Amino acid sequence: MTISFLIIAVVTLAGAIAAVTLRNLVHCALALVGAFAGLAAAFLQLDAQFVGFAQVLIYIGAVAILVLFAVLLTRGGEPPQPQTFSWSWPWGLAVALAVLGMLAWAIAGSVATRRQPAAQVEATTKQIGDALMTRFVLPLEVAGLLFTVALIGAVLVAMREEGKSE
Amino acid sequence: MVNGLDQLFVNLKHALVGLFPAPVQPWVSVGVTAVAIVLVFATLFAITTVLERKGLGRIQNRYGPNRVGLPFTQLRLFGFGQPIADGIKALIKEDFVPARADRVVHFLAPLAMLVPLTLTFAVLPYGRNMLPLDLDTGVLYFFAVGAGAELAVFMAGWSSRNKYSLFGAMRAIAQMISYEVPLILSAVAVVMMAGSLSTRRIVEAQLGHAGWLPDWFVFTPWGLAGFLIFITAATAESNRSPFDLPEGESEIVAGYFLEYSGFKFAIFFMAEYFGMFAAGGMAATLFLGGYGAPAPWLEWIPSWAWFFAKMMGFIFLLIWLRGTLPRLRQDQLMNFAWKFMLPLALVSLGAAALWHYMAPGLARWVVCTVAVAGPYLLLGRGLLERKGLGRRVYRFAE
Repeated sequence: MTISFLIIAVVTLAGAIAAVTLRNLVHCALALVGAFAGLAAAFLQLDAQFVGFAQVLIYIGAVAILVLFAVLLTRGGEPPQPQTFSWSWPWGLAVALAVLGMLAWAIAGSVATRRQPAAQVEATTKQIGDALMTRFVLPLEVAGLLFTVALIGAVLVAMREEGKSE
Repeated sequence: MVNGLDQLFVNLKHALVGLFPAPVQPWVSVGVTAVAIVLVFATLFAITTVLERKGLGRIQNRYGPNRVGLPFTQLRLFGFGQPIADGIKALIKEDFVPARADRVVHFLAPLAMLVPLTLTFAVLPYGRNMLPLDLDTGVLYFFAVGAGAELAVFMAGWSSRNKYSLFGAMRAIAQMISYEVPLILSAVAVVMMAGSLSTRRIVEAQLGHAGWLPDWFVFTPWGLAGFLIFITAATAESNRSPFDLPEGESEIVAGYFLEYSGFKFAIFFMAEYFGMFAAGGMAATLFLGGYGAPAPWLEWIPSWAWFFAKMMGFIFLLIWLRGTLPRLRQDQLMNFAWKFMLPLALVSLGAAALWHYMAPGLARWVVCTVAVAGPYLLLGRGLLERKGLGRRVYRFAE
């Protein structure tokens, strides 16, 4: 645990907590960006340059903007609501803790804990690219197909129907 | 002597760092580089503002700034003292914040704009041995960090609580996201050919000479197409004319930085120019051989001079365009990005693959030229025909 990791962890957690507690939705989205940036910094600190910069490019450059657009196009203009308390919160907390306990129990009992930590590997971007193009080419293509379908779907939704225009 | 001039700044830095004790030397080295980059680009920003105003004046048949010289002297310096006066003016103006504005976000937005764009300077190779940060993923870093500016535009537009600001921000974000796709795709072709994301490797791949032509990527069919796509998309990305709809003065006053005054406005202004410098530097690195000289007998000119000459050439092109072209309309802007630029970027990517797998020779040139120019003509003609444009008819002007 180094000082830099400590700073990154504090920034990430503070951003994440702010994202769920702030009342103004746009502030929440901006705080979420802070959390994304912290995650990217954590990747970079582990010397995973490609993953770190991809995190910045995709999450800060695209996902955060998407979130902001969604907020603005739906209910961003409304004034922030005052602090409220709901009785469903304790139930939510209990369910969340139960899920956490279940996952922790499952992970603690799985083979992942008995596996030896891999020796220090130097994963360059070139190796990631090679792996994506050879061993993992099928998942890559499937993901590409999925995105293409989503793109065509988006165009179809946005396209004005013939005859209904004007 | 030649080498001495070429490596002047490198040796200067080594001498400076050598003055400090060994434990702090890495920190001093980083600090010196960072300070040098910020100072050089801030000075260049000041000079470019005058150059732009004088250039635009030239195009519009007027003088441009030519009065302000050095303070307290009679030296006029052709008006190049103007940035000093502008800077003082920006500093002493009232810092106005709208009453309903979101003060924190409003304050943070200029910083969030300037910091990412300044960070992009870290991976540009300014000359031989003059790459501040040699990352394995340099090009990816450049685009990833640059993407942070979009968020700053949104922050500025939204926090001002002004409908024109918000319009400007929405336009800017839609434009930046759309043009980022062809921008990155045209860079991908270069990355494929150089076989690396490192900016140092990309420049080194272009340092040779084939006959009288340097090995720059721009001198290949796919490279020329990629270069044109890159600079067009980069112009849109830095919100410059003819893609300056986010600022469209005639419709939305000034866009996302409408509610900024004084030095905060100056920071936005500076960020725009920094974005132009970064785009010009990246265009030079990717397509124009970075710091390489165009011919062997020009090697005596220092490598950093070549880099900055290419970068300022791009800036000159942008000023020229601004004085020449009218502004697009929003739907034209979007159609141009998605229906024209994106398919052409994909085509140039395919042409780059063809170029890679065909044997060197005339056949490769012909096939790749046809592969790039054919779709360009067909697509351009097709899109224009569907518009049904005829000769312009003036109803009232004649």
